[in-house]
Amino acid sequence: MEQIAELIVAVLLVAAGVFGLIGSFGLIKLPDTMTRLHAPTKATTLGVGSVLLASMLYFWITQGRLSWHELLITMFLLLTAPITANLIAKAHLHRFGDMGKLPATGTPSDWATFEDEAKDMQPMMTKTPPNAAPPKQDH
Amino acid sequence: MIHYALTFAFGCFGLGLLFNLYRIFMAPGVIDRVLALDTMVINIIALLILYGISTHSDVYFEAAMLFAMTGFVSTVAYCKFILRGDIIE
Repeated sequence: MEQIAELIVAVLLVAAGVFGLIGSFGLIKLPDTMTRLHAPTKATTLGVGSVLLASMLYFWITQGRLSWHELLITMFLLLTAPITANLIAKAHLHRFGDMGKLPATGTPSDWATFEDEAKDMQPMMTKTPPNAAPPKQDH
Repeated sequence: MIHYALTFAFGCFGLGLLFNLYRIFMAPGVIDRVLALDTMVINIIALLILYGISTHSDVYFEAAMLFAMTGFVSTVAYCKFILRGDIIE
């Protein structure tokens, strides 16, 4: 039983190393910023996730208690990786991307990040809706 | 068996850190530098946890958690600065 657990830990560690290396190698290999964004944000998060799983399993089989710190770190990384990727892509679009290269949205509104920020939102509940029934008059 | 796997993972993540350092020095734009810094933080988190496994100590999880938080906040601050020219408006 312990042999199998050690084997699983070793396989997880090797997979984590391979994924981390692929993520960092893609950062210098891929040709464009938007494609470079793809490599580290996915592969490195998978690599760190495997490392954390291996650490959890290792401390479980050596010390006999399950530690929850790793799950906390995994959850935090999985929550924040898409946010940072989105922000970096947005910064890239605003700095270098011209509007002609982007495909059309197919809706009357433009890409949300390029919309005019001075246009303020309409409050929803203050105006009367256009097809509201007139107040009923009893006589 | 775990020892060899740990050594392999250490080597992989160390090599990844070198790649990131190369990308930071030879980047075409500032966005790539921010991306390389973010990847560097993630690689350092993995190295910290691997070091915790190899020394049988769980002190390093707190350090890894702190790295995750400061890395996220610094990346968001960099992007915000590039986007708006200001961090706290």
